[in-house]
Amino acid sequence: MDASIIPACEFRWIMPEIMLTGWALLLLIIGGSTKGPVASKSSGVLCVVGSIFSLYFTLNLWGTNLDVFNQLYTIDSYGTFFKALFLCILILVSIVSLRYADREGIGSGEYYALLMFGVLGMMVMTSSHHFITIFIGLEVMSLSIYVLCGLLRGNVTSVEASLKYFLLGAFATAFLLYGMAMIYGSTGILDVVELKKYFLLKQPFSATMFVIGLGFLIVGFGFKIASVPFHMWTPDVYQGAPTSITAYMATGVKAAAFGALIRVFFTAFIPFQFMWSEIIWVLAVFTMCVGNITALVQHDVKRMLAYSSIAHAGYILVAFVTADRALASSMLYYLMAYSFMNIGAFTVVIALEKKGDNNSEIDSFAGLGVRHPFYALCMSIFLLSLAGVPPLAGFMGKFYVFSTAVKAEYYWLAVIGFLNSAVAAYYYLRVMMYMYFKETIGEPGTVDRAPQYGLVMVICIWALLHMGIFPKTFLTIAQKAVGIFS
Amino acid sequence: MTVMSVPILSFLIYFPLLGAVILLFANRRNSLFIKVFTLVISLVELAASIPLFFKFDDAAKTMQFVEKADWFPEWGISYLLGIDGISLLLVLLTTFLTVICVLCSWKAIEERVKEYYITFLFLETAMIGTLCALDLVLFYVFWELMLIPMYLLIGVWGGPRRIYAAIKFFLFTMAGSVLMLVAILTLYFYYYNATGIYTFSVLELYKASIPIVKQYWLFGAFALSFAIKVPMFPVHTWLPDAHTEAPTAGSVILAGVLLKMGTYGFIRFAIPLFPAAAIDAVPLMSVLAVIGIIYGAIVSMMQPDLKRLIAFSSVSHLGYVMLGIFAFNMQGVQGGIYQMLNHGISTGGLFLIVGMIYERRHTRMISDFGGIAKVMPIFAVFFMIITLSSIALPGTNGFVGEFLILLGAFKSNVVYGTLATTGVVLGAVYMLWMFQRVMFGVVTKEENKNLKDLGGREILILVSMVFFIVLMGVYPKMFFKKMDTTVVEYLAFVKSKSAQYRVLEQNTVAPRVAKEEANTNLTR
Repeated sequence: MDASIIPACEFRWIMPEIMLTGWALLLLIIGGSTKGPVASKSSGVLCVVGSIFSLYFTLNLWGTNLDVFNQLYTIDSYGTFFKALFLCILILVSIVSLRYADREGIGSGEYYALLMFGVLGMMVMTSSHHFITIFIGLEVMSLSIYVLCGLLRGNVTSVEASLKYFLLGAFATAFLLYGMAMIYGSTGILDVVELKKYFLLKQPFSATMFVIGLGFLIVGFGFKIASVPFHMWTPDVYQGAPTSITAYMATGVKAAAFGALIRVFFTAFIPFQFMWSEIIWVLAVFTMCVGNITALVQHDVKRMLAYSSIAHAGYILVAFVTADRALASSMLYYLMAYSFMNIGAFTVVIALEKKGDNNSEIDSFAGLGVRHPFYALCMSIFLLSLAGVPPLAGFMGKFYVFSTAVKAEYYWLAVIGFLNSAVAAYYYLRVMMYMYFKETIGEPGTVDRAPQYGLVMVICIWALLHMGIFPKTFLTIAQKAVGIFS
Repeated sequence: MTVMSVPILSFLIYFPLLGAVILLFANRRNSLFIKVFTLVISLVELAASIPLFFKFDDAAKTMQFVEKADWFPEWGISYLLGIDGISLLLVLLTTFLTVICVLCSWKAIEERVKEYYITFLFLETAMIGTLCALDLVLFYVFWELMLIPMYLLIGVWGGPRRIYAAIKFFLFTMAGSVLMLVAILTLYFYYYNATGIYTFSVLELYKASIPIVKQYWLFGAFALSFAIKVPMFPVHTWLPDAHTEAPTAGSVILAGVLLKMGTYGFIRFAIPLFPAAAIDAVPLMSVLAVIGIIYGAIVSMMQPDLKRLIAFSSVSHLGYVMLGIFAFNMQGVQGGIYQMLNHGISTGGLFLIVGMIYERRHTRMISDFGGIAKVMPIFAVFFMIITLSSIALPGTNGFVGEFLILLGAFKSNVVYGTLATTGVVLGAVYMLWMFQRVMFGVVTKEENKNLKDLGGREILILVSMVFFIVLMGVYPKMFFKKMDTTVVEYLAFVKSKSAQYRVLEQNTVAPRVAKEEANTNLTR
């Protein structure tokens, strides 16, 4: 096939992406031409509808495995799994935003358009094994989110978050790109699958430039998944950003970065496992410990959830260390469970906030069990799932991830991981303790009891219970998704 | 293995949960309805559990009332339930004590009544689930599930230092159980590598033969987790706080059932899964048990607070249970199991007694009482009987258990037996001294002069406790015959299995030594 010709029929494989792009452009036009609350509401609804359409097209792709556009883009179960996950996150976040963005006055057309562009970037990032496409996806995603973080223009912390994330993110991207360049320099290949074949032929392969490149890749991805020591931006950015965007970043960006990381490493760099798995071992331990121990002393629930998200990245890295390709499904399952519990928890935080005021101090949760039993119950379920208490999805996720480590005989890693989850139980339970054991402190803030929040919370709880008690369906999907590695 | 047509165990597990869910929609202002409803649920539960006792086949050597369904077959996780003579008695104890607890909370709990009873029913589901589960994952799920309601019971309805106590309780138990989870997974993959079968079923895993070094680690992880729950010295420190701060019913259920989960875990999981390691651990465990007996007794002597005193006496009593279990003979193990039930009845009874006097006086300090016997004669009678049962007076249930344990301990090691016997003396000292200070003498405090004696509900509760104290003391055979076969089988299994390991070990060590000798000879 001539490289310069792109057959038109291949476009049908990227219908979800096209759908999303078209819809986002439409939202931009609407946002540019109308104003006021009606425009904000309608763009929100349009965004939800568009993502549902896109999700429909994505689900139709399940089971298809092929490369399109001269191997620059790939449609496979692994990518489809992640696409569906991102779209679910997008739908949930947009439903929350229907109310939240309206309240904060940021719900114009471009807000939803940027959300959709962000997800577009994530989708591109996880459905290619070509370094350049991965990089383009990463940039599309990151640029959207740099803007989204700073949307609360009147709020200093929001602007700070945006700038901080932009500067550090640019740095990390540079590392990633440099890493790709070095690998290209030492092998002459940009395609991950081609790299795999190349290494199979050239065993044992070792070049200093290649090793440095590998290290840079870890740094670049490590930044996006917020692993220690590349996590410094996380708490500030998560706290400063609009809370809906925090939920979006903590789940979507993390899942996308893991998606690309797993694809790249588990396809091409398995022969070099002896090099990177020890590094990741240390990273995983530090990520878990630092995330959990710092979360212990937080008084702000939003910030506490930020540190806990660092810790959760550490748990996923535990499974990554083993380089067990068949059990990579544990990471996918964990990401799925983690997304639902985190979005749920952030939704409760949003409901407790007041306009223009981050009311996420732990004191504001005091007595919630009496004032709003439903919200307190929902928050308890999310927190217990985050803590890994059965029979919720968080437990099954941890169980699966750590069983991967035990299977590969990384006993100490599993022990450290489990002890960390015992430490984590303390700060999750602390919020529960405030909700149920303490009396209301001071003037209780009003809780926004919008149906949108209720809907999202109920969906998340259903997902957590279903994934926890009947994990089979979801695990089978995750296992099918990682089938591409074997 | 007999498969039952009626899923009676599942019914027992999920019936309280169903009740809790229905209660969720009850009107919170109608607290009488909530209480009556919970009582009915727990009574039906008790009634449903009694047929277990009579239908249980005393001679059968396998699990009974087995229910099996696939949960996640690719991983070998199944929904496997079943009981033997040991768990049967504990299930009955649980359903019985739950009724008692509902009754004793009748007036004590006035705030958030609805949540309280929902939590309690939820706890009952988790407890029975833990006792019936024969699949390690299922067991672990219920095991962890027990923590949440207990955490809430202590933290919401507890005393002044409830938050500290609740968190301490949760963290201690959680830290132990996560290590157990690692051990479960290790065992699981080991078994897969050895046999090619993925299974979490305990009955299958019993057949595994695990290298001795690995056994030490795995047994260590399981034992730590269960020892925290028992609690054994030196990981007992959460217990006095949890007991002291918990509401009366919480203390009763904690002492009566939750602590038994630790000892039950040893019998069901830690010992039969890793028999060789368990037998090697006998000196360590026995020494810790004896320390627990004596230390618990001495410390409880000095407690000014009634509940704390009883809590430390629990440490002492559970020390006996552990000593009996690790004697590895018929008397010791049977005595240990019997003592588990006794402790549930008599210590549960003591907590009820303290709860009743606390409701009247709002204090638990021994120094605030004195001469109560004159004011509350009916109360004094019950208090005396339960105290004597706790001291193990012949004729009460405590005597049977302690006697058998000491018999077993003497048979296996005279030193442990002798030391443990001192605990009996100390037990009499602290209990009788406490009783004397609270009940006898002159009434010194003005507030104590007009205390009301027990009401009908309280008498009903205590009569049912005393009934079991006497029944179990006078006619223990009724209960022993249920567990005879199970214990015989259990001991035979542990002994034969560990003997098998000894042979294996010698076979692997001997050739290696010979080989090394040969090597050294060659080099010479």
